[in-house]
Amino acid sequence: MPESSSAKNALLSVKNLKIEATSYPPGEPPKTVTLVEGVSFDLQKGKVLGLIGESGAGKSTIGLSALAYGRGGVRITGGQVLLDGKDILTLDKNGIRSIRGARVCYVAQSAAAAFNPAHRLGDQVIEASLRHGIMSREEAKKRALYLFQVLGLPNPESFGERYPHQVSGGQLQRAMTAMALCPNPELIVFDEPTTALDVTTQIDVLAAIKHAIEETHTAALYITHDLAVVAQISDDIMVLRHGKTVEYGTTKQVIEAPREDYTRALVSVRQTKRDEAPDQTGTQLKIEHVSAGYGNGFKVLHDVSMHLPKGQTLAIVGESGSGKSTLARVITGLLPPTEGRITFEGKELPRALKGRSTDELRRIQMIYQMADTAMNPRQTVRDIVGRPLSFYFGMHGAKKTARVKELLDQIEMGTRFLDRYPAELSGGQKQRVAIARALAAEPELILCDEPTSALDPLVAEGILNLLLKLQEETAVSYVFITHDIAIVRAIADSVAVMHRGRLVRFGPKSKVLAPPFDDYTDLLLKSVPEMEIGWLERVLATRRMESAGN
Amino acid sequence: MMESGPMTGPVPTDGTADGAHPRSADLSGVPAKPNPADAQGELGGTFWRRFIFRRPLAALILQRLGLSVGLLFAVSLMIFGGIEALPGDFATTYLGQSATPQAVENIRKDLGLDRPWSERYLSWLGGAVQGDFGTSWASKNSVGEQIAKRLGNSLFLAFFAAIVSVPLAVGLGMLAVQFRNRLPDKIINVVSLAAISLPEFFVGYLLIMFFAVKFGVATFPATVYDSMSFTERLSAIALPVATLVLVVLAHMMRMTRAAILNVMSSAYVETAELKGLGMFRIIARHAAPNAVAPVINVIALNLAYLVVGVVVVEVVFVYPGMGQYMVDAVTVRDMPVVQACGLIFAAFYIFLNMAADILAILANPRLRHPR
Amino acid sequence: MNLRAIPFSAWIGIAGIAIAIFCALFAPVIAPFGERDVVGDIWLPAGGDFLLGTDNLGRDLLSRLIYGARTTIFVALAATVLSFSLGMILSFTAAVMGGFVDQFFSRFNDLMMAIPTLIFALVVLAVLPQHLWILILVMAVLDSTRVFRIGRAVALDVAVMEFVEAARLRGEGSTWIIFREILPNTLSPLLAEFGLRFAFSILFLSTLSFLGLGIQPPAADWGGMVKDNKDGIIFGISAALIPGAAIATLAICVNLVVDWLMKRTSSLKGGRGDA
Repeated sequence: MPESSSAKNALLSVKNLKIEATSYPPGEPPKTVTLVEGVSFDLQKGKVLGLIGESGAGKSTIGLSALAYGRGGVRITGGQVLLDGKDILTLDKNGIRSIRGARVCYVAQSAAAAFNPAHRLGDQVIEASLRHGIMSREEAKKRALYLFQVLGLPNPESFGERYPHQVSGGQLQRAMTAMALCPNPELIVFDEPTTALDVTTQIDVLAAIKHAIEETHTAALYITHDLAVVAQISDDIMVLRHGKTVEYGTTKQVIEAPREDYTRALVSVRQTKRDEAPDQTGTQLKIEHVSAGYGNGFKVLHDVSMHLPKGQTLAIVGESGSGKSTLARVITGLLPPTEGRITFEGKELPRALKGRSTDELRRIQMIYQMADTAMNPRQTVRDIVGRPLSFYFGMHGAKKTARVKELLDQIEMGTRFLDRYPAELSGGQKQRVAIARALAAEPELILCDEPTSALDPLVAEGILNLLLKLQEETAVSYVFITHDIAIVRAIADSVAVMHRGRLVRFGPKSKVLAPPFDDYTDLLLKSVPEMEIGWLERVLATRRMESAGN
Repeated sequence: MMESGPMTGPVPTDGTADGAHPRSADLSGVPAKPNPADAQGELGGTFWRRFIFRRPLAALILQRLGLSVGLLFAVSLMIFGGIEALPGDFATTYLGQSATPQAVENIRKDLGLDRPWSERYLSWLGGAVQGDFGTSWASKNSVGEQIAKRLGNSLFLAFFAAIVSVPLAVGLGMLAVQFRNRLPDKIINVVSLAAISLPEFFVGYLLIMFFAVKFGVATFPATVYDSMSFTERLSAIALPVATLVLVVLAHMMRMTRAAILNVMSSAYVETAELKGLGMFRIIARHAAPNAVAPVINVIALNLAYLVVGVVVVEVVFVYPGMGQYMVDAVTVRDMPVVQACGLIFAAFYIFLNMAADILAILANPRLRHPR
Repeated sequence: MNLRAIPFSAWIGIAGIAIAIFCALFAPVIAPFGERDVVGDIWLPAGGDFLLGTDNLGRDLLSRLIYGARTTIFVALAATVLSFSLGMILSFTAAVMGGFVDQFFSRFNDLMMAIPTLIFALVVLAVLPQHLWILILVMAVLDSTRVFRIGRAVALDVAVMEFVEAARLRGEGSTWIIFREILPNTLSPLLAEFGLRFAFSILFLSTLSFLGLGIQPPAADWGGMVKDNKDGIIFGISAALIPGAAIATLAICVNLVVDWLMKRTSSLKGGRGDA
C-alpha cells in the first residue's frame, strides 16, 4: 500500500468499508445485496486517488460514502470513513450537512441532469458557499469568476448568467467542477466526469480538471472505468472488482508493473493489433456520393463515398453526431438516401428496405451496440438464433436445433444456454448471441454498430477476438462503426474518418492513421488517452507549442 | 386530451404527461416521423419558421391557441354534422310515431329541416358565435337566454368546488410525498384509490342521507333563485360542492403526488442534497420551481373534469344549472338545446386543456430562456 | 406465478370480482325472487323475507341487485372487450404503419378526445334509438379513444426498440412484428389498462343509467336502480344507496387488482434493468 505510514494524518481514511443495498421486490421478502466489502484506503491532502473498475464494481458507491450518502436503498453497514480523523458515519444529520458541499463536494457523471434547469448557473455554483457561510456573495462571485477562468470557460464574466440548457455538455461538466471547487473544499469526488463526453471534448475537460485541482490544492477521488484516463490525473490507483479491492498502489506501479492478473489484463487490453490486408482493390460494397437526412429537411450525411473489398473490415470512426450510425441505417435501407447509390456485389441495392428482396436482406446483417434492446426479452436464445434459420432457409425441428447448437459452439457458448432468456445472460453473452443471430443468416457483410462500447474492456476484447476468428472462418466482411481508435487499430483493413456528416479521410489503415494528417484526424488521434503516465502533459505541451508556432 | 376525471380510475405514475398533451405520444416516436408542430410550421413558410426560431415561446403558445380554435371548430362540426348523419328523423320523433305525413312535412319546414344541412350549419354556427342558439323545440324559449342563466349557476358551483379542492389536493399530495412509503402515504393511497371508484351520484346521495336527512344540517334539493342572497346560495350549494370536491380530490391528489415525486427523484435534487442544503431549502428552491408546471397542469386538467362532473351532480341535487338542462333536453330529444350545451361544455373542456398546456409551456425554463 | 406474491389488497379485489361474477352467472339460482316480480309493499325496510328490503315498486331489492350484477357486468364487459379490440387494432396499425395512416388516426383520435366522454355520449344517445347494442357500441367507441392513445404509446415505445428493427431488417411482415415481437412485450401494461377500462365502463354505464340514458327499465341494472329509488332518500330510505354501494365496491375491487398489476409491471422493468 502506498504511503501507508502516513495514514495517521491522512485527509480521508476509509477503513474496512462495507456497503449493502436492500431491494423490496413486491410480495417477496426483502433482498439484501452486499455492494462493497473490506475496502480500505488513505488519501493525503492535495492528492488524487483513482478508483477504477467495471460497471457494478461499487466505485460510485464508495465515492458517495465520502459524503455519507447512499442512493436509493444503499446503506453503509460497516467500517469507518474518517475525514481528518473524525468518522463522518457517526455524525448526526446536521453534522453531515455541514460537511456536504463545504468540505467534501461531488461532481456527477451527467452534469446536464445534475444542474437545476430553473436557475442560472452562477447562482447554483455559489449556492453552497453562501449557504454554509463560507464566504460573502461578493467573494463567492469573485471565486466563481476565477474558477471559470481556470477551467477555460468562454466569456467567464457572463457565463454565470446562463441557464444550464444554454451551454454545451463539456462546458456544463466544467461548470459542475467549478461548483464543486467554489466553497474551497478539502476533497472532491469526481464520478466519471468525462465518460459522457466525446473524445475530443474529454481531453479539454480532463486538462481543465487537472489544472484546477492542482491550482487549488484540493484532494480528489477520481472514479472512472478508463485506466488510461485515470493514469493522467491520479497519484494512486485502486482497482476494484465486484465490490472488492483487486490492487492498490501508486499510479506508476499499477500502470507499469501491475501485480494482479486482472489489472494486467486491463492494462494490456488496448494492445491487440492486426495487420491490414495487403490487397484492397475489390469492391463488395460500394457507397457512392451518398447524402441522407431526416424528415424536416435536416441533412445528416453529405456526399459520402467509400468501398469495402470482400472478406475485409472497414472501420468507420467518428464522434457522436458525425453521421456514422446514420450511414449504417442508409446501408441497411432503414433510411433511404436522398442522393447517391449503394452497390453490393456488383448490383445496386434498392434504396428502401421495402424494395429489397429477402435474399438481399439476408446477405447484410447487423449487430447493435446495446444487445439488451436488440433482442426480444420474451424469446429464448433458441428462438432468437433459430428464427433466421427458419425464415431464410425454412429449417425446422431437429435440423434447426442442431444448427443453433452449432452456432452457439461457434460463438464459444455452450448448448446449456439454449433455453435461456436474454435477461439471464451477461452483457458479453448477449452480444455473442446477437452475433450468432447474424451468422445464422449466413451473411456476406455484417454491420457492427459499436458492438463493444457498452461492454467492459475485458469482455469487449473477447468479442473483438471472436469477430476476427469468425472472419477467418467464414470470410465475412465487416463494416465496423466505432468512436474508439484503439479498436480501429486492432481490427480494421481500411478506415473512414467522419466528422459532422462528411467524410474527412478514407483509405487503408496504414495510410489513414499515419501522417501527414488533416486537422480533424490529427485532433481525434491526439485526443485518445494512452496508457502512459504523462501523456496528457505531453499533448498539452505540443498543443501550446503548435499554437505558439502559428 | 384525456378526460382525467374520477371515472378513469387510478392513474399511472406518469399521469400528468398522460393527460396533458394529445401529442406527447409523438415524443417517443422515431425521429423520422415529422411531428405535427413541424408540419404546422411548414404551412406558414419562412416567416413562421423565423418567428419560431426567434420567439419559440410565443410561437408555441400561438400554435397551441390555433390548435384549440381549430379543435373547437371541428367539434362544432361533429356535434352538428354528426347528429345529421345519424339515423332517426327528428320530425317523427317530435310528433310521435302516429303523425300524418303532412304534419311531419309541416314540422320539418317549421324547424328548418328542409334546408340543406351546410346552410343550416353555417347559420347555426353564425348564431352560436353571437350567443344565439335558436329556440328550444320543447319549450319554445330562446336557448341562449336559458343558458345564460344556468351557465352562471354551474360556474358558481364549479368555482367553489375548485377553491376548496385545489389547495386541499396540493396539500395532501405534498403530505403524501413527505411521508412517502410510510403510514400516512399508504392511508392516503388506499383512501384515494377507493374514492376514485365512487360514482358521483353515490357520493351525492350518501351526503344527502347523512347531512340533509339524518342531521338536518344541509338543505336538499339545492335549488337557487334569483332572489336568494349570496350566503343563502352558499349554504344551498354546500352539499353539491362537497360532492364535487370529494370526487375530484382523490385524482388531483394522486397526480400531484406523482408529479412532485418525479421532481424529488431527479438528479438536481440529489445535487442539492449533496451540497448540504436543508430540506426546506431543497424543496422551496430546487424542487418547487420545477414541480410548479406539472402541478398546475394537474389542476387545470382536473378543473376540466369538474365541468363534466357538474352534469351528474346537478341532476342529483336538482340544481338549476347547465348539466340538468342538457340531461332534460336529451331525454326529450330537444336538439337545439343538446347541441348548444354540448358545444359549450366542449368549449370549456378544450379551453381548460389549452390553459394547462400553455401554463406548462410558460413554466418550462428551457422555453422561457431560449439559447 | 407465485400465489404468495399477490398482496392482500389484490386478494380482496379478486374475491370481490369473483363474488360479482358468481352472482351474474347464477342469478336465477341464487336470487330469492324474480327480477321483475312485485312481491310486497314499496320501500319495505331490510329484514324478514326481504334481506335488503323492497324497492320503489315493491320488488325485492336483493334479487334485483343480483340480476343487476348480470346486466351491469355483461354490458360493461362487452363494451370493454369491444373498445379494447378496436383501440388495440387501430393503435397497433398506426404504430406499425406510421406515416399518413398514423397521422390520420391520431389526429382523428385527438378530435374525439376533445369532447368530454359523458357530453359526447349524451349528444349521441339523444339521437340514436334506445337499444342495448347501440348503448354498448357507443360506450365502446368512446372508450376506444383512450385505449388507442395508450396502445399507440406502448406500441411505439416497443416499436422503436432495436429488436423490432432487427426483425424488420430480416424482412419479417407486419403480422409477425405485431404478434411475435411487440405484443408479448406489451401484455402487462395492457392487462392493467384493460382493468382500468373495465372499472371505467362500470362507472360510466351506471352514470348513464342513472341519468336515464343507459339500460332501460324494467331490466335491473345498478345505476338504474339508484335512479328508481332516489326519491326515497328524502324520507330517509336507503334503498338507492345499496346499488350505489355495489357499484362502488365492484369498481374498488377492480382498481385494487389493477393497482397490483401496475406495480408488478413497473417492478419487473426495474428488476431487469438492475440485473
